Amino acid sequence: MRLCKVYEMATTPAMLSDRGPATGAGPGYHWPDANGHFGPYGGLFVPETLMYPLEELRAAYERYLADPEFLAELDADLQDYVGRPSPIYHAVRWSRDLGGAQIYLKREDLNHTGAHKINNTVGQALLARRMGKTRIIAETGAGQHGVASATVAARLGLECVVYMGEVDVARQEANVYRMRLLGARVVSVKSGSRTLKDALNEAMRDWVTNVDDTFYIIGTVAGPHPYPAMVRDFQAVIGREARAQMLARTGRLPDALVACVGGGSNAIGLFYPFIEDAGVALYGIEAAGDGLETGRHAAPLNAGRPGVLHGNRTYLMEDANGQIIETHSVSAGLDYPGVGPEHAWLKDTGRARYDAITDAEALAAFHTLTRTEGIIPALESSHALAYAAKLAPTMGGDQTILVNLSGRGDKDMHTVAKHEGLVL
Amino acid sequence: MSRIATRFASLKGRGRTALIPFVTAGDPQPATTVPLMHAMVAAGADLIELGVPFSDPMADGPVIQRASERALAQGVSLHDVLGIVRAFRADDPDTPVVLMGYLNPIEVMGYEPFAAAAQAAGVDGALVVDVPPEEGHDLVAALRGHGLDLVYLLAPTSTDARIRRIGEVASGFVYYVSVKGVTGSASLDTDAVAARVDTIKSLIPLPVGVGFGIKDADTAARVAAVADAVIVGSALVSRIEELGTTPELIPGVIGDFLATLRVAIDAADAG
Repeated sequence: MRLCKVYEMATTPAMLSDRGPATGAGPGYHWPDANGHFGPYGGLFVPETLMYPLEELRAAYERYLADPEFLAELDADLQDYVGRPSPIYHAVRWSRDLGGAQIYLKREDLNHTGAHKINNTVGQALLARRMGKTRIIAETGAGQHGVASATVAARLGLECVVYMGEVDVARQEANVYRMRLLGARVVSVKSGSRTLKDALNEAMRDWVTNVDDTFYIIGTVAGPHPYPAMVRDFQAVIGREARAQMLARTGRLPDALVACVGGGSNAIGLFYPFIEDAGVALYGIEAAGDGLETGRHAAPLNAGRPGVLHGNRTYLMEDANGQIIETHSVSAGLDYPGVGPEHAWLKDTGRARYDAITDAEALAAFHTLTRTEGIIPALESSHALAYAAKLAPTMGGDQTILVNLSGRGDKDMHTVAKHEGLVL
Repeated sequence: MSRIATRFASLKGRGRTALIPFVTAGDPQPATTVPLMHAMVAAGADLIELGVPFSDPMADGPVIQRASERALAQGVSLHDVLGIVRAFRADDPDTPVVLMGYLNPIEVMGYEPFAAAAQAAGVDGALVVDVPPEEGHDLVAALRGHGLDLVYLLAPTSTDARIRRIGEVASGFVYYVSVKGVTGSASLDTDAVAARVDTIKSLIPLPVGVGFGIKDADTAARVAAVADAVIVGSALVSRIEELGTTPELIPGVIGDFLATLRVAIDAADAG
């Protein structure tokens, strides 16, 4: 009975989570609590100057995510503008080569702008407009969230400023140009480690200064409440669709889900509607960079410890004195020293398992999928693919793995070529 | 009564507005800070806010963030900051010292060990920027248990209900952020500040300090007319930055600048 109901709901591409039994994670999972906590994680660790805009946002989020008119507008945009639902694809040749479980890919790479990021920016931009905000700000690492934010800002006629670390600006030139074409102002952040975490600090400062007219679109399930819950709810369309699609295609739920985890929005988006499905194993894959043992990685869930950064308590990469340390990954989108607090909670409760994949393993998976299936994956998603390639041979041929192919690899041409010793 | 409360009571009795300088501990070198603190007291500082360096200071502007980066480049930790306070306290038993910083270094040390070590070092209070009352129960308990005040920020956007709520947990004084922005932001509107300070004082019984955007003697005097304390940070830290290659000059230059603020504030108090 319950499966039937879920199937009905999920065929509508964008029914948003009400955390109820049919559209959310199920009747037993009710995180976060009213104050934004996932067990000991999450919360609202911000200066007093941010309390008012966050309260204003929380009120709007709770109001509009229960507003049928808003949800209908969002559904229409996800369908006509983003191109949802995204298909699932059975990677037959690759599965056969691996000799184990059948691998399916959730094709978020086929979305407008080339990644899952747009699911969230479409939602937050519509929210911004409802709130009467005329200016959008965003932080970006690889540039995918920046592009997705600039895209929706262009469409709605909103001013857009994107903060990006100077290091990332240099390694993601094409995305910087895309954002500028879309009319956004890209601010190169020169403070701290000049990467994603510093871009986030700078965006927070902008928000504090311009609270009256500005909406801050955070790109992942991190930050202070309500961002981790709100971004999850906008991304949960991935899992709702995938759940129905797998049932329709294979007649049952997948045995395992695999997704890469930087901040963790594509992973939560996929996992959330499956959390109460005890038979579905959840694997979140962090960036092991040069290897966890080298210290040069971006894997706080695997090798960090709990602390407080960017408005929430979660696992962090920090030194013995509580200073946040620089991370390393070949994939700019995973290069972040924290992780969404809900992942911290899913780790501690044992509901999801978190592992890590090195730069070299991710690059190998990038090439394999490209040559075997004719799909060029993003380097972020390649971490999930590399893990699936390890997992599949340990499973039976009648079992299934669903991998979130969260983005396409066009943006990574320069990075991959550089690893081959080529300059484009 | 805490050293902070004693100090504010004494100032009130003399009709004197407090002057509270902020500097980042260990900027540009650990050895600079103790002599600088004494020079600031000699120039008329009534209480000192000492910044604890943090890698990701999201409420601070570029000037104070760079100060944090300079101190961190010298390896200055929370332990080192407590050592600086202990050294200062050896020669100055009276001037209250409040640590200002972010939660994560305190998390790593542990709330109770931090509170005990801070008390032992002669710290009087802490302003932990990213801990609102909603998240602060355990920290408040640990600090109170060691006789430390917990100072809170209030913003232009704080509602009356929030001001009251903060008043329930704050002690020592409250720090009104005079502009929407980060530390070192553009000039402040003194009429608007005066109105907000009146509102705050009608809602909670603590002294009100005003900071963010106080750059010179004129602004300091205008703020002194409406607040119990004038807090100046970025204006000092940017001068320290300019003297990075000649740190031996810092106590003298900062002392001279603070003295001009002191004169202006005293004139405002007398008028």
